Amino acid sequence: MLLDVREVAKGYEAGAGRLQVFSDVSFRLDAGEAVALTGESGSGKSTLLHLCAGLDRPDEGQVRLAGQDLAPLDDRARAALRRESVGLVFQQFNLIPSLNVSANLSFQARLAGRADAAWLEQLAARLGLSPLMDRYPEQLSGGQQQRVAIGRALAGRPRLILADEPTGNLDAATGDAVMALLLGLVAETGAGLLMVTHSERLAARLERRLHLAGGGLA
Amino acid sequence: MYRAALLALLSHWRRQPLQLASVLVGLALATALWSGVQAINGQARASYDRAAGMLGQDRLPQLVAEDGQRFSQDVYVALRRGGWRISPVLEGQWRQGETRLRVIGIDPVTAPQTPGGGGAAQADGDLRAFLTPPGIAFGAAETIAALQDVPGLPALRVADDSLPGTLIMDIGIAQTLLAAPGQVSRLIVLPDQPLRQTPLQDVAPGLTRRAPQAEADIARLTDSFHLNLTAFGLLSFAVGLFIVHAAIGLAFEQRRAMFRTLRALGLPLVALTRLLVAEVLILSILAGLAGMALGYLVAAALLPDVAATLRGLYGAEVPGTLILRPGWWAGGMAMAVLGAGAAAAQSLWRVWRLPLLAPAQPRAWVRATTRSLWRQVAIAGALALVALGAARFGTGLLAGFILLGALLMAAALALPAVLAALLAGAARAGRGVLARWFWADTRQQLPGLSLALMALLLALAANIGVGTMVASFRLTFAGWLDQRLSAELYVSAETEEQAARLRAWLATRPGDLLPLWSVEVPLFGAPATVQGIADHPTYRRNWPMLSALPDVWGRVASGEGALINEQLARREGLVPGDPLILPDGGRMIIAGVYSDYGNPRGQVMIAVDRLTALFPDVARLRHAVSIAPESAPVLAHALIDDFGLPEDNVSDQAAIKVFSMGIFEQTFAVTAALNILTLGVAGFAILTSLLTLSAMRLPQLAPVWALGLTRARLAWLELARALMLTALTMLVALPVGLLLAWALLAVVNVAAFGWRLPMHVFPADWLRLGALALLAGGLAAAWPAWRLARTAPADLLKVFAHER
Repeated sequence: MLLDVREVAKGYEAGAGRLQVFSDVSFRLDAGEAVALTGESGSGKSTLLHLCAGLDRPDEGQVRLAGQDLAPLDDRARAALRRESVGLVFQQFNLIPSLNVSANLSFQARLAGRADAAWLEQLAARLGLSPLMDRYPEQLSGGQQQRVAIGRALAGRPRLILADEPTGNLDAATGDAVMALLLGLVAETGAGLLMVTHSERLAARLERRLHLAGGGLA
Repeated sequence: MYRAALLALLSHWRRQPLQLASVLVGLALATALWSGVQAINGQARASYDRAAGMLGQDRLPQLVAEDGQRFSQDVYVALRRGGWRISPVLEGQWRQGETRLRVIGIDPVTAPQTPGGGGAAQADGDLRAFLTPPGIAFGAAETIAALQDVPGLPALRVADDSLPGTLIMDIGIAQTLLAAPGQVSRLIVLPDQPLRQTPLQDVAPGLTRRAPQAEADIARLTDSFHLNLTAFGLLSFAVGLFIVHAAIGLAFEQRRAMFRTLRALGLPLVALTRLLVAEVLILSILAGLAGMALGYLVAAALLPDVAATLRGLYGAEVPGTLILRPGWWAGGMAMAVLGAGAAAAQSLWRVWRLPLLAPAQPRAWVRATTRSLWRQVAIAGALALVALGAARFGTGLLAGFILLGALLMAAALALPAVLAALLAGAARAGRGVLARWFWADTRQQLPGLSLALMALLLALAANIGVGTMVASFRLTFAGWLDQRLSAELYVSAETEEQAARLRAWLATRPGDLLPLWSVEVPLFGAPATVQGIADHPTYRRNWPMLSALPDVWGRVASGEGALINEQLARREGLVPGDPLILPDGGRMIIAGVYSDYGNPRGQVMIAVDRLTALFPDVARLRHAVSIAPESAPVLAHALIDDFGLPEDNVSDQAAIKVFSMGIFEQTFAVTAALNILTLGVAGFAILTSLLTLSAMRLPQLAPVWALGLTRARLAWLELARALMLTALTMLVALPVGLLLAWALLAVVNVAAFGWRLPMHVFPADWLRLGALALLAGGLAAAWPAWRLARTAPADLLKVFAHER
């Protein structure tokens, strides 16, 4: 079992009182499985994704990643787990603007101390980034930036890819192309994928779907 | 992990070289001005220490005459016979023409082994030549070089540890040179005295034992001067730190998204913080090294002026060549590192507290929310109260500097709120859509520019304050010189015999001869001068009296009254009517207090007859001649041609005024230089702020451009904005500067020098400074404006394409 989420609940302090985002959420994700996480705006999709990545802590319940319960881990241990086992893809790309494509692509792998030059070269070629390696993020289009972000997430061969609306900022054609690349590469590496999306069409391309609604999984 | 993350963090600077330059140059300038001042102070203090350390002056107890005068060496012999282990020293001024020297005579056999002391002769190994006429005199290389052609001196040799302007020789040779046969100035009490010795009172009742001094006299006298320099150095450092704070803060803000990404990708918070601390450390070391090199150049450039000032004002000799000490390096680097740490502390704290899921978009650097503005105003108010308290209840130099610091910081902190209020008023009054946009946009820019404007305010206020003080001082000093130098001619004889002939010669010619005779005595525990004054109408008419008893001149002439200078009156809390007891036991009444600018010592004036009665050995060499101005040149020529007085020994009033004003100008040359440098640093702060902000301006300017304003017009508006903000800052700086001037004149000067000056205002100087500030602001804004005017439309369009 790669990801095991059990009876998780999360809420926030709002001005007037506490806003419960969701509760009693449980699901599992196996290695090599690609799962879509859908729901209305504000249903807590990104929040759930953050809990799975160890970026935030649940109010209740348990999140286990690669057999490891995240609850007792401190910031240092969570960070180590993320850099070694998780690849993150954000809607806003979140590339490091002062590093060129090459450095951005290899960044997380180097952070984890396992950069593989051949794999990086292969990734760049697959993602169509080879001619762009010396460019900086500001010199790339949105689609190109997201391809770099996907490459960065996969460069360290993580066990789990967590993607938060990876095509949300791209037009339909570019989004489709990026999605095809992501799914293809995830399948190749045998990683698990949990992807937040608004798009029914994209969700349908994945093996399974989790739908957040009314404060829990529908 | 660390390497990859550090490279990512540092890559920001590679892409933002201007920001990197801001941090490095800002910190280097701050360190340079601070360390430059410290190098000068360190050099001077080391010289004082050497002067004091010479012959154990400060480290060993001494026997001195109760009246401070020389005494017979027979007393020395008697004490030696009584079991005292002591060493005699004769000290005095030797003059020949324009050459003035401090001569120290020692007994090389008994002198303590201290730098420049007996060790000099013994180390040389030529004791016989040292002891027997013409003897050997040791001095600093520059002194020896200057004395090569001066006759009447022993053979000259260089001793590296000697002070400039001082010669050390055998006491017998010195007695001949100083015309003090059989005389000594003091006896150094050596360590390890025998258990049995005749009591001092039995052998030498006229002598008293002086304990080792914690601090040399000259160090005490010059403390306030060095404190002023230090304060200026600190102000420059603070202004420099504003640049560093702004640049580091902006760099941190721009990297907020990167920090979040790094953490999301697996970099622990502790590691990120460590890396950022390391980054600040690396930057501060680089900038610190550059700053120290620059500081050395600043110190080397300013030192000759400072040395001349210290010599002219205090008679303190400081070598004009800079020697760098390890402590200076360590102190300067520590200031650079601590300064950078202080500038980065707030940003580091924010990173430490930054929630992992905080919004990644960089927010405007120090967005001035109403709450933060009010908080700043509240702190400014509290500091203003501190300043008020220091002015009202504080005493001494420390209170003076607390007043200055609190005043400046209060003004700086209040500036953004004041400017925001002024801009809000302008926005309300503005007509037309463009004017309204301009004022509103200017208010929006204020947070990003406020640190640079605060630095400018500090520099301008310091400029106005110090400028007003110096100009007030100059005006008062010139007027005071006119009063004080009422005689037309001032003449000095070389010997007592020549002086007697001179008096007789002048008695047969028109004009009145006024003695200028004085002795140095210890008074209230500090060195002071007692001067004789003749009862003459020129003094009664012109002497600059601050307060006096009725019939003050009658009291002085009768020998019953004495005049004291303002410094002595303030230091000892003396007022007219108080009794005054001179060291020789002479009792009199303080009849008046007079202003005596530029003199760090206490001074007492008594009737010349009383002076000669109390101090029969007083040198009677100097005289003033009161004569009709048109007759003065004729008499001056006659003194030289007919009487045969050397030309250097005759000065007219104008020459002395020129000389005195020269010393005055030199005293404040360093202050003026630091003032200009500080203003330059503030100008640089504006430039860096505008440049770094210009990159963030495009999203704000692009819509206005799209709506129909040309890039050139936008650029002109940017320039106008910078000039307008500079002008407003100058307006705020004016009252702050005047308050600063008042504090300097009424509080700091009184505490530091012992005199209070009337304050004058100089509006023409303000206009000049305002023009200079506008020029600095305009120059700083010109480049960013030019870049804006040249921005390609494609770059502006990216704002709308969300591709930035």
